[in-house]
Amino acid sequence: MKENTETLRLGNPGRFWGVMALLWGLLLLALVLNVNIGSVSIRPGEIYAMLWDGLRHGVGSSTESQILFRIRIPRMLLAAILGGALSVSGYLLQVFFRNPIAGPFVLGISSGAKMVVGITLIFLAEFLGSVRPVTLILAAFAGSLLITSVVLLFSQKVHSMSMLLVIGIMVGYICGAVTDFCVTFADDHDVVNLTNWSMGTFSGASWEDVGLSAALCLPGILGALALCKPISAYALGEGYAQSMGIRVKPFRVVLILLSSLLSACVTALAGPISFVGIAVPHITRSLLKSSKPAYVIPASFFCGAVFCVFCDLLARTVFAPTELAIGTVTSIFGAPVVIYMMIRRKRQEV
Amino acid sequence: MEPYFKTEDLAVGYDGNILIHDINIRLEKGKILTLIGPNGAGKSTILKSITRHLQTISGRVFVGGQSLQQWQPKELAKQVAVVLTDRIRPELTTCAEVVAMGRYPYTNLFGRLTEEDKAAVWEAMERVHGLELAQRDFSALSDGQRQRILLARALCQEPEVIVLDEPTAYLDIRYKIELLDILREMAREKGITVILSLHEIDLAAKVSDYLLCVKGETIAGFGTPEQVLQSHAIESLYDMEAGSYNRLFGSVEMPKPEGKPRVFVIAGAGFGIPVYRELQKKGIPFATGILFENDVDFQVAQTLASAVVSVPAFEEMTDAHFAQAARLLRQCAAVIDAGTPLGQMNEGNGKLLKLAREEGIPVTIWKEMTAC
Repeated sequence: MKENTETLRLGNPGRFWGVMALLWGLLLLALVLNVNIGSVSIRPGEIYAMLWDGLRHGVGSSTESQILFRIRIPRMLLAAILGGALSVSGYLLQVFFRNPIAGPFVLGISSGAKMVVGITLIFLAEFLGSVRPVTLILAAFAGSLLITSVVLLFSQKVHSMSMLLVIGIMVGYICGAVTDFCVTFADDHDVVNLTNWSMGTFSGASWEDVGLSAALCLPGILGALALCKPISAYALGEGYAQSMGIRVKPFRVVLILLSSLLSACVTALAGPISFVGIAVPHITRSLLKSSKPAYVIPASFFCGAVFCVFCDLLARTVFAPTELAIGTVTSIFGAPVVIYMMIRRKRQEV
Repeated sequence: MEPYFKTEDLAVGYDGNILIHDINIRLEKGKILTLIGPNGAGKSTILKSITRHLQTISGRVFVGGQSLQQWQPKELAKQVAVVLTDRIRPELTTCAEVVAMGRYPYTNLFGRLTEEDKAAVWEAMERVHGLELAQRDFSALSDGQRQRILLARALCQEPEVIVLDEPTAYLDIRYKIELLDILREMAREKGITVILSLHEIDLAAKVSDYLLCVKGETIAGFGTPEQVLQSHAIESLYDMEAGSYNRLFGSVEMPKPEGKPRVFVIAGAGFGIPVYRELQKKGIPFATGILFENDVDFQVAQTLASAVVSVPAFEEMTDAHFAQAARLLRQCAAVIDAGTPLGQMNEGNGKLLKLAREEGIPVTIWKEMTAC
């Protein structure tokens, strides 16, 4: 019996570590490129000297050093953390709806977060003066939860994947309309703020943003990892999950809270970013050839980081000095993945 | 023997509306209970209620001497495992992984499988003859394979009770028998108590220790197959207006052709059955005889023939029987000789053939008829 069970392979750790090594390599490459390339070019040799110097003696006063430490590095780190967070958030929604097309953007959750953030920016700014990132995150979190519950309410009535998508898009439009309505009646000053933000960008990232996103996203991702076991059982459906001893209701609540927390961080700090939440987990699963959550969650995080750092690099360099919105770039790469998934699923169902 | 599974005045339904009430089941360890009854009668509702997927309305359910509500979810998972009708399609998941999920109540916080767990997965897959499927993608399986893997998942949970909702739906006859055979084996060897619902009444009677007839508001019957399947119990359970169920064979016959008999079939020893079925398909009413009542032909003739001339088991065929058959035969336009061998005991049949030839009624021999 013993030698028999050894041939029973459950999961493929070799492949997992191969994929992780690939992603880490790509992330390193992306980080190096990101630090090097920009409107002010800094020679690679200088960069590493500055990095080394900066780490030992603090940030230098030269322009180059300032650009590196105050602009490029925080922006890059923010893109990496939020990209990873967005991917995991999408993955959790896919687990929740048992639907690979679910994601914070297509289900209108990002738009809901944007709406509440917009309202906060326009109306609360009057009373509070400046709006701190924490307030924005809270607003985005509230918006995410609000829209998630609306989508949930509808999702009980429909069982087809494409209907869920349509509902999400419609809800997204409604939120967009409410946001536009507020913008119409807002002061010009607030609108400029909002427009910049709502385009979605990592530009202007500060160390404070990086610290805040790390402080919220990393526990969120650890939380998701701690749920690996029930997540894999939940893939068999609620009936089986319950019969194996999962308390389904609290589990679902925790899933939604974690997913909303992660996507709210992204929406609050970088604006709505489209399709990362669907495309990245899908690409990750295809690379891993497995749905095992213990593999997919960490790999999705790093894959999302790589994806967003590269997209951000393109966003700021392709038409430099004009910067593209990050969502523009992620859509170009992300939307085709979604179309491909829809077509492939359709074929399977027939 | 103290029942392992028991319900007391259980009432089940949806949203507080009672669908079925007064369900009282007592089931000893290692017994198989099958729920039969028409579609929509509430078989699934009962099964969902006893597995806590559905809130019970009143009454109580006991598993292992403890009421369902008292069990902690994870402890209950070690008692009761399920095979549901849900069509699940987990992506990129191998069969071994699906089966291994059955270890859920036993593994640690991160679901790490110990050697014991792996051995249990192996054993469960072996039980259902599914080892060669271990590395296959679950969503690429055929219905029969999928059902076996889901059963392995349930077995891997090492439960005392397995509840299966229509496990044989979508399966072809070979897999049906294979699956039920595995259940029987589990009940016999591991003392697992099995509760399932089936559409195939013939199989239900053959595999179960107890049957529960579910129809309408209350339970129409609960007991051993012999107790429950009294004459016409099936016909009334399913409101069958046409056709019939033979409880000796557990087989179903189509409705008998209506009208006065036009053909007389001389049969016996099983030769008559294919003839009867063919006439039924063509819608030709017929009479048949002379049959002994312990003849297989008699079982089918009873339900398909407009008139049967029969002799009680182990009694002699007399002139009276011949006279009765001759009267019927004279009214018919044709006679079919099913090919039954003629011996001392049924020489009346030989006399009938002779009579037909004398009277000028055409006699066809079945073998010759089917040959051309």
